[in-house]
Amino acid sequence: MAAGVEIEGTTAVVDADAWPSRINRELRRLAEEEGVREIIVENPRSRHNLGVGQTADVTLHFKGSVGNYCGGLNSGTTIHVDRNAGWGTGEAMARGKVVVGGNANMATGASMRGGVVHIKGSAAARCGVSLKGGTLIVEGNVGYLSAFMTHAGDLIVCGGAGAAFADSLWQGNVWVAGEVRSLGSDAKIVEPTDEDSARVHGLLRANGVDGTFAFKRIVAEQKLWYFNNRNPEAWLKI
Amino acid sequence: MSEYNEHHGYAQGRSHVWTPEIIRDIHAKAELGRYQIRGFSTFRKLPSLDEIVFLPAEMTRLPLEGYREHCETKTLIGGGRPDLVERPLELAFPVYLTAMSFGALGTNAKRALALGFSRAGLATCTGEGGMLPEEREASDKLIYQMTPSRYGLDLEHLRMADAIEIVIGQGAKPGTGGMLLGMKVSEKVAAMRTLPVGVDQRSAARHPDFLGGDDLAVKIEELREATDYQVPIVLKLAACRVEQDVKIAAKTGCDAIVIDGTEASTAASPEFQLDHTGVPTLAAIPVARRALEDIGMLGKVTLIASGGIRNGVDAAKALALGADCVAIGTAALMAAGCNSPVSVGGFDARADYERLGTAAGACHHCHTGRCPVGVTTQDPELEARLDPELGAERVHNFLTSMYYEMTVIAKSCGKRNVHNLEPEDLRALTLEASAFTGLPLAGVDWVVGPQTFGAAG
Repeated sequence: MAAGVEIEGTTAVVDADAWPSRINRELRRLAEEEGVREIIVENPRSRHNLGVGQTADVTLHFKGSVGNYCGGLNSGTTIHVDRNAGWGTGEAMARGKVVVGGNANMATGASMRGGVVHIKGSAAARCGVSLKGGTLIVEGNVGYLSAFMTHAGDLIVCGGAGAAFADSLWQGNVWVAGEVRSLGSDAKIVEPTDEDSARVHGLLRANGVDGTFAFKRIVAEQKLWYFNNRNPEAWLKI
Repeated sequence: MSEYNEHHGYAQGRSHVWTPEIIRDIHAKAELGRYQIRGFSTFRKLPSLDEIVFLPAEMTRLPLEGYREHCETKTLIGGGRPDLVERPLELAFPVYLTAMSFGALGTNAKRALALGFSRAGLATCTGEGGMLPEEREASDKLIYQMTPSRYGLDLEHLRMADAIEIVIGQGAKPGTGGMLLGMKVSEKVAAMRTLPVGVDQRSAARHPDFLGGDDLAVKIEELREATDYQVPIVLKLAACRVEQDVKIAAKTGCDAIVIDGTEASTAASPEFQLDHTGVPTLAAIPVARRALEDIGMLGKVTLIASGGIRNGVDAAKALALGADCVAIGTAALMAAGCNSPVSVGGFDARADYERLGTAAGACHHCHTGRCPVGVTTQDPELEARLDPELGAERVHNFLTSMYYEMTVIAKSCGKRNVHNLEPEDLRALTLEASAFTGLPLAGVDWVVGPQTFGAAG
């Protein structure tokens, strides 16, 4: 047993201060070998790479703020962060859930493919960049160039969005309730259908967000040239 | 007046500004309203590895017997800082298959290359767009690429990889993302990349969640945490500001750096980027090597050179200039039938080359997905022209020839290990090559340019 770990029943309390490095190996071991269901991590002190590459069906609870890439590549674990998070929270995650009680910095949910990332505060620039699936909920606002090159999944912003919102998105579902400072290239606002609206509110309720929002939906205009250049003959002319 | 007509007009063939190619290019652009995008590599004449030669052993040293004595070739990617990597990537000799995506290549080509390289004890690389199960199965050692687009990036695949390559740039189109034209975005490719079927895929140029060297260091730690410090992490850079780029890259904590020269090929790139960006491989290697030396990282970070490596002699020259390993792409495709009149599988493709307006030996149609020999295509009918088993055999044969070329030349220079090849074994044939590399000119042993610069310093 590593220093700074106490197990009681199925709950482990760990003191991150006692671990100089390679914290995720120990977190995985606790989940996989000690039969722990909940791991409470004290003193996270904004360390980077907390809860990275986790696969076990357990809950990780960080009692404070975390640094970059918290919950990165997550594949099944539920992660709670009491306070704020750094860059790339839940980036490239496939399954599981990351909930941040405060704000999250740049690139929240970057390239995530599945699961849920839920930011109770606001998220900074490039939130949901290259989103490929899953549900990304931000109760506050999102910053510049959020939803850039979105492919699939749902980005739901209950507040407003910064400039160049949803630039060059391919597909995917981008929803915003508040003001959008400006749309990015090839993005346009459409009114969602009642069915759409009910689905988005359902996703919010499933994640404990109540209330009714007048969401706007952002979709691609599909006017960028790569959307209509499907004729191979055209590439043979030069 | 008559004498001009006899020579097909006064200006015929005289202008080096407005050449027939330039004029044709302008006419096409005027029709289409866009620039040229194509596959293959630059057509330009660049300073090349052909401009340097080896000086084998004569009176000053002894050669090894070329066909009898052993010359060690084992190569490690990573492992320079053993505490960071449990399993450095071991290669039988210093060559691996560079990144070429499933999408750029078809399944049969992926399989032929994977089997061929595995039989030679070498590694392959997924390229952009995720890990193809057939490729993982056929590759003994597989490098998994993480590109800015993060297509198909998956924890499980990261953990199935034998090394992870983070792409910062590629020599064929530095400063831009990957490109796959709509004709090749088949249903399977689209599903792996979460894209609409048939659209031109233009990947992001920047990674979504790190911006510079400092945060890349954190990102690399994330990948190590996710893969439990098992496999090496490689950074791939296009050769641009080589000295600064390599120094910054080496300080991110990566295990290896690929420096990809401007000769590097692609399945699709704007032609102006193929032709007018980056540093040729010959010039990039000595600078990259010196950069690692300058910051005390030589031996700690593996240096891999790629871009226009065509055979074992090019590979040996790259090693002597300072690389620890090379990566090849186009040469391996050619071994699998690229640019051959008859496919590896026996299909006579000459009529199809002609329909594309090209011919075997001069085909650049990787971008249209209409590869007449079934290598760079997603079309099932074309793909069937490449027999993966025969392809594997030919790729393996070609790699064996590279092995012999490298070891025979190393032994002629008196080396028991190909990694002992050094700049002193080389001389420059041109003033230009001497200035780029710091190698003395053949015979006279003068160095062009400051004596402290480059490989000979």
